[in-house]
Amino acid sequence: MSEHLKAERAQEWREILRKSMKNKDRTAIPRVKMPEVDPEVRSHTYDEVNLGLTEAMAVNESHRCLDCVDPTCITGCPVEINIPKFIKNIERGEILEAARTLKETSALPAVCGRVCPQERQCESQCFYTLKLKKEPVAIGHLERFAADYERMSGHLSVPATAPSNGIKIAVVGSGPAGLAFAGDMVKYGYDVTVFEALHELGGVLRYGIPEFRLPNEIVDVEIDGLRKMGVKFETNCIIGKTISQDDLKAEGYRAIFVGSGAGLPNFMNIPGENLNGIMSCNEYLTRVNLMQAADPESDTPVHMGKKVAVIGGGNTAMDAVRTARRLGAERAMIIYRRSEEEMPARIEEIKHAKEEGIEFYTLHNPLRYEGDEQGRVRRMELQRMELGEPDQSGRRRPIPIEGDTVWMEVDEVIVSVGVSPNPLIPQSFNGLEVTKWGTIVVNQETMQTADEMIYAGGDIVRGGATVILAMGDGRRAAKAMHQHLQQINS
Amino acid sequence: MNKIVGKEYFSDRVVKFEVEAPLIARSRQAGHFVIVRVGKKGERVPYTIASADPQKGTITLVIQRVGKSSEKLCQLEVGDYITDLVGPLGKATHIEKFGTVVCAGGGVGVAPMLPIIEAMKQAGNRVISVLGARSKDLIILEDQVRSHSDEVIIMTDDGSYGEKGLITQGVEKVILREKVDLCVTIGPAIMMKFVSELTRKYEVPTIASLNTIMVDGTGMCGACRVTVGGKTRFVCIDGPEFDAHQVDFDEMLMRLKAYN
Repeated sequence: MSEHLKAERAQEWREILRKSMKNKDRTAIPRVKMPEVDPEVRSHTYDEVNLGLTEAMAVNESHRCLDCVDPTCITGCPVEINIPKFIKNIERGEILEAARTLKETSALPAVCGRVCPQERQCESQCFYTLKLKKEPVAIGHLERFAADYERMSGHLSVPATAPSNGIKIAVVGSGPAGLAFAGDMVKYGYDVTVFEALHELGGVLRYGIPEFRLPNEIVDVEIDGLRKMGVKFETNCIIGKTISQDDLKAEGYRAIFVGSGAGLPNFMNIPGENLNGIMSCNEYLTRVNLMQAADPESDTPVHMGKKVAVIGGGNTAMDAVRTARRLGAERAMIIYRRSEEEMPARIEEIKHAKEEGIEFYTLHNPLRYEGDEQGRVRRMELQRMELGEPDQSGRRRPIPIEGDTVWMEVDEVIVSVGVSPNPLIPQSFNGLEVTKWGTIVVNQETMQTADEMIYAGGDIVRGGATVILAMGDGRRAAKAMHQHLQQINS
Repeated sequence: MNKIVGKEYFSDRVVKFEVEAPLIARSRQAGHFVIVRVGKKGERVPYTIASADPQKGTITLVIQRVGKSSEKLCQLEVGDYITDLVGPLGKATHIEKFGTVVCAGGGVGVAPMLPIIEAMKQAGNRVISVLGARSKDLIILEDQVRSHSDEVIIMTDDGSYGEKGLITQGVEKVILREKVDLCVTIGPAIMMKFVSELTRKYEVPTIASLNTIMVDGTGMCGACRVTVGGKTRFVCIDGPEFDAHQVDFDEMLMRLKAYN
């Protein structure tokens, strides 16, 4: 544990709290349950599913945290939030202080509290999980509580920033990687401008994740916080197209962070896939989330299928199928070639989907689509699969069962089988090293690319990961770029 | 927000806009397009850039009123602002000295063809422009096309101007008369399909600029996908121009009706 964390933990108020309750009593408290909107009600509305903890629930849950000598939870957090400090602040009723603690290291606490896979990160490294074999402290729920409490209180804190050093830094893309990077760089005193290709800010937080999981309003508030810290934003500006790499240099930008995301949807390249009614999850979610296509006043159309199949088993597939349900699908189905155990989606998302009546066709894989005379998809042929030996990913390989196929009637299909990196930056920038998959090669520690003044992070480097991993990349890049620029200038 | 500084009616249904967009005016090349959104509830629609004035910092778009979104745009007047305008997008036209180039532009497709005609002429090609429309009042930009072409052939369906007949007849006349090294075609999908079928017969290499449905225009959604040479390609980042003989126009025509 770092000296800084040790010193924080040694503060008197923390000691008093630790002594105020026996660990035996703390561990006896059952983990809090997140209140949710009833599945029948929520599958017809776009309101947020998780309601958030009440203050009483949050304070009670915070007592479970043992304020460990060695807080392993922090090692599980890509942005290294001081987890015990924020939780102990909740325990002593200093909720605004808890929110400030989150903002020390996270640019988007209200977002992370909602969409992070905590069960695979901080909570997987909690003392309860590792040693007690009990359910971990609900770190994610508490994070969301503290961030929401601050927002609702109207007392939004603006993290302190160093005096401006006047050095201009450009950020490509306003998704989680770019926002986390911008937040840290502005704290170091840089003059940061974020360039966004779309007309709205937030990247995948805006176009990808639906409102029932992450309301747009939450994204707005977090971006507004960055604006108050001094981050500038330019929408409708595509770096490499509207403004070139050379233009940025000419305008005095010293360094660039590329967080342009994984904006290229994969298709399966099977017969009939270009029929009308078949689209990528990116298209479907962009129409509904960014373009608000379900709003009758919106000019952007969207198919509202009655028999909707979503191909894939990731979080995006769950977002799409649950969206389809809300837009009136009588049958909303997940078609996945492996079994439920191998699904990459979060357990919570799978649970929520099932509660909302989503049908799961695991061990099924589409072979072909057929359309009607107008070219609209009408049915699809599915190959039944079984599991074989584990493959390179460690998951059991799906193998087709020879001759075992079945036809299914559908009127809308959403293909959610992964994304590839957006090629705009790799194609239009000089000096980058790019893999055969189109991802930008970086030093894993510093996120520096082959060009010493260009750093990159998020899905353009990873090829398709999570919000929090992208944010972690942004933070590491900011730290390394800051050090690099200091070295050059000294 | 981009200010409209010029508006001119080519016809009742076809409007030319000059819009402030200094960065795009500076960086755009022939063949590039922009995405336009009008109003907070507006959809994102691609339009190919007809011309640009880097000094003035403006670009020109020629819009045909065909649906809700183009209608909304055409209602804007000088001094009004376009809510969102982003670009330049897509790959620029591949320009080189091919020899003789036939530029077959149908209807409002003549507008995005104009910068290609200019660039082809500048590269030293013999440029023969074939303009097609239903009737005389739908022939646009004739003078500008003439000033950059070695020859202009005008075809109207009703014979009200130029020669009576389809654009394919004009193109065929040239091919039968002399060696054509390249054909470029921009216009309604059905027209490009027939131009492509004609030039395939005569083995004249042909480029078509496709205008499909898009949402983001940056490769993110895949709404614009077309089959080219048996492979799925994205018009927004792989195009908008493709080898016309490889394009599955029937599929494209079907996909254009996705939301009708």
